[in-house]
Amino acid sequence: MTLASRGRAVTAVALLLLVGVYVRALAFTPLERFQGAAQKIFYLHVPAAWSAMLAMGMVGLASVLYLLLKDQRFDRFAAASAEVGTAFCVVMLTTGPLWARPVWGTWWAWDARLTLTLFLFFLYIGYLLLRQAVGDPPGARARYSAVLGICGTVLLPFIHLSVYLFRTLHPQPIVLKPSAPSLPGVMLVTLLYSFGVFTLLYIGFVMQRYAVGEESAHA
Amino acid sequence: MSDLLRHAWVIARKDLVIELRSRTAFVSTLVFTVLVLIVFNFGRDPTATAVLDLAPGILCVTYTFAAMLALNRAFQLELENQALEGLLLTPISRRSIYIGKLIANLAFVGLVEAVGLPLFVVFFNVPVGHVLPALAGLIALSTVGFVAVGTLFSAMVIRTRFAELMLPVLQLPFSIPPLVLAVLATAKLFTGRPLEESLGYLKLLAAYDIVFIGLSTLLFPATVDE
Amino acid sequence: MLRAEALRHAFGPVWALDGITFSLQPGRTLVIFGPNGAGKTTLLKTLAGLIRPASGAVQIDGGRRAIGWIGHQTHLYNHLTVRENLLFWASLYDVPAGERERRADRLLAQLGLADRAHQPVLVLSRGLAQRATIARALVHEPTVLLLDEPFTGLDLAAAGDFRRLLAEYAAAGRSVVIATHNVEEGAELASEVAFQVRGKFVEHAARGRRGAAEIAEAYRRAVGHV
Repeated sequence: MTLASRGRAVTAVALLLLVGVYVRALAFTPLERFQGAAQKIFYLHVPAAWSAMLAMGMVGLASVLYLLLKDQRFDRFAAASAEVGTAFCVVMLTTGPLWARPVWGTWWAWDARLTLTLFLFFLYIGYLLLRQAVGDPPGARARYSAVLGICGTVLLPFIHLSVYLFRTLHPQPIVLKPSAPSLPGVMLVTLLYSFGVFTLLYIGFVMQRYAVGEESAHA
Repeated sequence: MSDLLRHAWVIARKDLVIELRSRTAFVSTLVFTVLVLIVFNFGRDPTATAVLDLAPGILCVTYTFAAMLALNRAFQLELENQALEGLLLTPISRRSIYIGKLIANLAFVGLVEAVGLPLFVVFFNVPVGHVLPALAGLIALSTVGFVAVGTLFSAMVIRTRFAELMLPVLQLPFSIPPLVLAVLATAKLFTGRPLEESLGYLKLLAAYDIVFIGLSTLLFPATVDE
Repeated sequence: MLRAEALRHAFGPVWALDGITFSLQPGRTLVIFGPNGAGKTTLLKTLAGLIRPASGAVQIDGGRRAIGWIGHQTHLYNHLTVRENLLFWASLYDVPAGERERRADRLLAQLGLADRAHQPVLVLSRGLAQRATIARALVHEPTVLLLDEPFTGLDLAAAGDFRRLLAEYAAAGRSVVIATHNVEEGAELASEVAFQVRGKFVEHAARGRRGAAEIAEAYRRAVGHV
């Protein structure tokens, strides 16, 4: 099987499992006492944010490897991961407000997770724009992307800390209770299951996107 | 190591001499800073919020924008007559080029900030005399890291189309941590809180600076070498 | 001593260097003739270390420190004076202070720039700028000269001076590589002649006793064949 078809297979499996997550979250996981149904978005949003960050981490790792080993495949992987990460960000940033509005009465909340995703989104956009804007000399595109990828990955913890510090000084109305460290067993299982599915989804998408990149490079 | 710094200084000095002679970049950046301060003044309702609440944000955002504008000139200068190629032909370490540019950028931005501060005080009537040393130190800390990243990126964007647009787009996410931390610490300073309370912010700023100066110095050769 | 081995480099689908091998002893002057697009500039840049070839190797005794370069761009800063430019580049090649000034003044005199020494490069005519470029290339006393169309913009007198200078250089044991499409100007200086067409040396031989006309004829034949 080619990489592309294997990627499609992985994605298909992941999507099926995703349906499973939905079912489990909605039907089989108990309602949280204080937030009720609203809290269920948590099972999808947290892992989606995780995937977006995983994608960025992978971009950083691939960038380092590219600069060290100069293998084009790392550059291709980084580009694929960046696009997939962007997609995850977009999904989160659009479903977040769409969910928030009817449930909490506000389109946007500057909570840590959403804000980090927003910055992640801008990092990805910058990365993709840079790739598009660099013409000559050949090879510059991969090098520049690698530099930006590494810087972006290193930036993430600083953004997280800054947002956290900013929020504790300017407390927002609590619209989304942050994930409690100790979840009752059933909820934890659903969450972990969801993490697994989203990671699988990430892998499937990147495999497909990488395959497309490989094809166009060898065309 | 001493070669590294010596060559960096030769390059920085050259940049500053040229800047002194043509002066256009400095004057434009200064004018821009003043205009931004004026815009902020008209952008707020004086009856609704006390100036002291907004002052930290106004100062830090103005500085961020001014620094961003100033960063473009660093490698633009090397494009005339392809001097960058000449620099790459010399036996100096590529990192000297980066450090030299960084020093020149810091001097340039620092001067703009120094001239902008009294104007800020005058426009917004914010007393800073009693916290001036701490404020200066804080501004320096938050500027260094941001300019370090910007210098690295400016080397990359000169080869792209729309360089003036690309640089802010790439750089703005990187300006957020220093901006947020500077605003938080400045707010504490302006409201007369003791410096100890801002120590956490300052430490984080210092960490950001060290990390990104180190990272930029490390990565710079990849932007100019094949 | 300069050695190039099996140099290959492509820009997209075009092989600018398609397997070039040669070596050049001290005191010899290699003149490379070739039409536009033959890859002469790419070859020189690869020899200088500006381009890393896709395959093959370059070896120059002394590394970058030993290389003097004249290309299509002057590598001069418009807002610095001619003399300041020379001193700047000399610093980056670690020419000691004192010695820098001596060499700069000597070159300025040799190239007829003494009365322009304190003028910014901005005001120089093309011919004078080219002379300043030559001074810049020689200020660190390189042992290998790489020259890409160095006679561009020089008037007859200046060209004659420059040729004399190059002959002195070769007599003093330096290696010189000149790329040009102008057979008349290059032929006299050559101790070795090569024709580069589409990335390859189709001929590389000692000049012997051939005059410019003979070489021009050989060149036409070589270019016509391929």
